[in-house]
Amino acid sequence: MKPTSLIYDGSFKGFLTAIFTIYEEKLEPMAINPTEEKTSGLFSENLEVITDELKARRVLNGIRKKISQIAFTRIKYAFLSELPGMELQLYKMFEYIFQSEEKVATDYSHPAVLNIAKTAKKVGREKHRMEAFVRFRLTKDDLYFAMIEPDFNVLPLIAKHFKSRYADQNWIIYDQKRKFGIYYNLKEVEFISLELPKDIGLSGANQEYFDATEIQFQKLWKKYFDSTNIKSRANTKLHVQHVPKRYWKYLSEKSPFA
Amino acid sequence: MNFERIKEKLSILADAAKYDVSCSSSGSKRKNTNKGLGDSSGMGICHSYTQDGRCVSLLKILLTNHCIFDCAYCVTRKSNDIKRAAFKVQEVVDLTISFYRRNYIEGLFLSSGIFKDPDYTMERLIQVARKLREEENFNGYIHLKSIPGASDELMREAGLYADRLSVNIEVPTRSGLKLLAPDKKHEDFMKPMEKVKNEIIQFKQESRLIKSTPKYAPAGQSTQMIVGATGESDRDIMYSSAFFYKKYHMKRVYYSGYVPVSDDPRLPAIGTQVPMLRENRLYQTDWLMRFYGFDIRELLNDNFRNLDLEIDPKLSWALRNRHLFPVDINRVEKQLLLRVPGIGLKSVNKIIQARKFRKLNWDHLKKIGISLNRAKFFITCDSREKEIKDYSSENLKQIIIKNSTSKYRKEITPQLSLF
Repeated sequence: MKPTSLIYDGSFKGFLTAIFTIYEEKLEPMAINPTEEKTSGLFSENLEVITDELKARRVLNGIRKKISQIAFTRIKYAFLSELPGMELQLYKMFEYIFQSEEKVATDYSHPAVLNIAKTAKKVGREKHRMEAFVRFRLTKDDLYFAMIEPDFNVLPLIAKHFKSRYADQNWIIYDQKRKFGIYYNLKEVEFISLELPKDIGLSGANQEYFDATEIQFQKLWKKYFDSTNIKSRANTKLHVQHVPKRYWKYLSEKSPFA
Repeated sequence: MNFERIKEKLSILADAAKYDVSCSSSGSKRKNTNKGLGDSSGMGICHSYTQDGRCVSLLKILLTNHCIFDCAYCVTRKSNDIKRAAFKVQEVVDLTISFYRRNYIEGLFLSSGIFKDPDYTMERLIQVARKLREEENFNGYIHLKSIPGASDELMREAGLYADRLSVNIEVPTRSGLKLLAPDKKHEDFMKPMEKVKNEIIQFKQESRLIKSTPKYAPAGQSTQMIVGATGESDRDIMYSSAFFYKKYHMKRVYYSGYVPVSDDPRLPAIGTQVPMLRENRLYQTDWLMRFYGFDIRELLNDNFRNLDLEIDPKLSWALRNRHLFPVDINRVEKQLLLRVPGIGLKSVNKIIQARKFRKLNWDHLKKIGISLNRAKFFITCDSREKEIKDYSSENLKQIIIKNSTSKYRKEITPQLSLF
């Protein structure tokens, strides 16, 4: 077993190829990192993994045979967390699953399994939050536009939700942090990349791009939001717990305009 | 759209609707068909939270706050000197659609003061829902109020468009209702509930045979009770609640701490603190009853009429039933595991999964996320270290309180402040 730091292209397929390589070449992985986080270990060799569809598929088929759909979703979610070191945790879970006779994906007393479950929960929460916190604004071209900056890479996970909900309107949700978006053209959802003014997602900003009445609806919404508050029950702590401040930026009800 | 006028109406009619606490937008199965707008087949979504921490999921408004009734607890009562306003049917439809398209809301929660008579009012509410469904092809969530006294025919029609129907009983006892809402009859509340229940049962039977039977209120019905307006005990409240769950198959009963809105001598004065802690304990009890297999008579009875505000109702029950504990976490059956203080539903499931693979010790339990602070006195596990000592229940309660933090601490023990 050779101690090795693996580097892959950041895609899920790339990650699965890395797992394949570990088994094929009998490596002892010290780290599995996406390309941009290239760090060289002092006592390990670096190995660049080239994404291979076939190898990825073999690992995928292997793992899916041994776990439930729910457990697989957890793995996918944890991967999309993009947290440093998550790939190694995932490898440890894969290793545990492959070497066990029984279905062990729910063995929460195993550290990697529990870690993946917890991370998946965080990503799931973020996905749900984005389904809630996206605020569309109607542009002059009759397209509903929203900007987000989620902690985790949840855009691929929320596309389906928005597609089935807003089936009769054109929309774009753009992840400003990761510089890509999803665009629905009344038929299908596609990934896009755009050059956008930084503040275009903010209420009241860049009004020249938006429908003339758009700002009025944001003001109505804010009015509604303020009117539903019961002052004698004020509980700011709970409010901030549910709507953490880092999300306020793109929420029109939290925007400063009157 | 005249935005200024709409804005004014919105502020009046949203303000008047906010005391209705239901915000649920889940449990429906309405899928988007034919490229329409909206889908409420998934779980509910809270799109925002008010500054008091309540979920904002639906556009919750009254159609009008004109009302012919004079219920003492209600802000919209006839004798109250407030600004009145009324939305046109089309205005509500437009507002709902514009908000929905921007992903502000899951749908509409439409209630109303009663103008002219119950049927006239109910008809207007139905008109809004019908327009949304038929003209706008809207598949979002619609929650309509059942107006007490509305006819069976209208209740049937309402359920064809709405996902949920609710009628708020508000006062849990007949005597309380007589005192605070003398012109309303207890039967008027029950009639629409009964009708909706029967329609739902009928729908379930028919849809088994005929797939295309039109949906009837797929998210069921709910009701709400005010807490702390009159002298009801927790036992009275929860027994009524258990009755509604059983008799009318309620999806939810909500408890709303009374927010004083009147100088009426029959009610707590304006400025009285909202009983939020009590409300919280009632919800906990409600959960124990619905998800943890408790019979309400175990939690509240003639010897134990009010919940202990200092500790949660499960812990309180466990302290009264020490002979059942401690239980061995690696062996105990699910039914009793659910009753251990500090272990919630999700942890119960995790424990049951995890203990198949190995014997669990304190460390495992901690990582699974149970509240050891409470649980450790009621369980044993695969560790030498044991926490069971011969404390009396009262002692144990004090130890647990001392080692826990609660946001309600101030309300529980009013500390002396010297300066």
